[in-house]
Amino acid sequence: MKRSLMGRLWPNLVAVVIFVFCVFPVYWMFATAFKPTGDIIAEDPVWFPTNATLEHFKTAIDADHFWTMVGNSVIVTVLAVVFSLIIGVTAAFALARMRFKGRRGFIIGFMLAQMAPWEVMVIAIYIIVRDADMLNSLIPLTLFYMVMILPFTLLTLRGFVAAVPKELEESAMVDGCTRMQAFRRVILPLLAPGLMSTSLFGFITAWNEFPLALVLNKEAEAKTLPIWLSSFQTAFGDDWGATMAAASLFAVPILVLFVFLQRRAVAGLTDGAVKG
Amino acid sequence: MTVQKTERPPSGPTEVQTPEGGPRPSDPRKEPRRLAGLTPYLLLAPAIVATLLLLGWPLVNNGILSFQNLNMRQFILHLTEWNGFDNYKDVLTGEDFWRVTGRSVVFTAVNVVLIMALGTLVGLLLARLGRKMRTFLLLGLVLAWAMPVVAASTVYQWLFAQRFGVVNWILAKIGFESMADHDWLATQYSTFFVVLLLIVWMSIPFVAINLYAATTTIPKELYEAAALDGAGAIKQFTQVTLPYLKPFLYATTFLEIIWVFKAFVQVFTINEGGPDRLTEILPVYAYIEGMGNQHFGMGAAIALLTIIILLAITSFYLRIVLKQEEDEL
Repeated sequence: MKRSLMGRLWPNLVAVVIFVFCVFPVYWMFATAFKPTGDIIAEDPVWFPTNATLEHFKTAIDADHFWTMVGNSVIVTVLAVVFSLIIGVTAAFALARMRFKGRRGFIIGFMLAQMAPWEVMVIAIYIIVRDADMLNSLIPLTLFYMVMILPFTLLTLRGFVAAVPKELEESAMVDGCTRMQAFRRVILPLLAPGLMSTSLFGFITAWNEFPLALVLNKEAEAKTLPIWLSSFQTAFGDDWGATMAAASLFAVPILVLFVFLQRRAVAGLTDGAVKG
Repeated sequence: MTVQKTERPPSGPTEVQTPEGGPRPSDPRKEPRRLAGLTPYLLLAPAIVATLLLLGWPLVNNGILSFQNLNMRQFILHLTEWNGFDNYKDVLTGEDFWRVTGRSVVFTAVNVVLIMALGTLVGLLLARLGRKMRTFLLLGLVLAWAMPVVAASTVYQWLFAQRFGVVNWILAKIGFESMADHDWLATQYSTFFVVLLLIVWMSIPFVAINLYAATTTIPKELYEAAALDGAGAIKQFTQVTLPYLKPFLYATTFLEIIWVFKAFVQVFTINEGGPDRLTEILPVYAYIEGMGNQHFGMGAAIALLTIIILLAITSFYLRIVLKQEEDEL
């Protein structure tokens, strides 16, 4: 009896320890962002922001060009995701539904492209963009982000298209639709959840991208938020309150998206497990 | 990079497809045969053109640059000076490259071993927990997983800050008085320790959550059969769980190797490869040599050598993935 009680207790204890390890940095970011500076530099840490203040968020938002950079990040991210969805869904349809020469080769090619070493190619990309006279522009960033998320979008959507029963499409065609119409009216609506999760993953990649943005857009007007955040500490010295407020502002959209998305992803995985 | 983490995401149940074999008799509108044959290529064209242009061209360009003597002067004057294999000769005969490569390999190995071991343990723990506790732990894992890498690295700088950093405070409290004012980013190993902790923290959720999801697909009968044969908990693990999860563990390990090997952002944002360039791993080394010191040709040569190493790792990974998806392709 005693053993089974212990046997039930220890996994829960370990789980609590792991939970704290996972969550503490995230908690500490938010907690610091809300603490008055006096509490942040107290001799003993103040574990909970009892005298919560918004002054650090104000400092972060009042920083030069903050809203320009928010705008830049939003534009680049949204456009990259939209373009890659448009290009990706048509290609996914071909790869999932048609048989043609080289199909397997294309799939392997995109799998390889998914592992592309973007971190290492910054020098070559920098020279190309400079020669095209496009440094400090949002266009190259948008295009590169689009291609960065394209293989993932395309390969994932391929799975979603393949999961739509072929009969639906065929019966639409019997009812007089062309193949394209059948795709648009029957398959596309059914792909909505797939489009949703792939675009969220794409959004996260583009929103977070660091090396290319660092190299290509050095002028404040053309910077994106990750670069702003990483240079924040240099600009504000040891103003940890403002830095953590900035980090919180940057992270919140992703944290919200991810928690929402994770439920879908896990549901999708278990669905696949049950049906597969 | 964080996001590529979600490599095998909610792709629904995929069905084995039947060959297309041209228009069927039941199709009401038969497209002209020749056009129908071209359709898949037309649908694929935008994706292929974009990828070749924006991924292929930088790769080729990197190769071209690596055979050029391209420093600040040539860069400003737009000069093209070919120097054959000089960059490679310099890189491969110099000490730095081999030192950085060795460091990258050890760094990757330590990270991946920790990530896989701890991630697997947490995944198995998830499977053992009750429903409420599991949801609770999953929430924690998802929060760590979701933290954007630049935000996370800023937080880690704050956790390990010399003054008022909470880690130093705790260490001093539990008896390591000398740690009260410790500067973590002053030496090579302690900087690597902070980076390592950051990477392990960010990576465990992916392994744990996916491993847990994989364990839920193991048929219960296998355990029952093993129990009938008198296998204990450990034996059940080594003889049922492990073999069943083997393909998954292989693929995940390779993915983690690739990701950690390329971990530019974590290393760069924590301390830009410092102190004294002692925490540069290959991608950071290529960046600092190429962009920072403006030896663009040299940087491109280092980048190409890094890509070759990555390609070797990737091809192993692809072979496994392709084997798994054989019937799906």
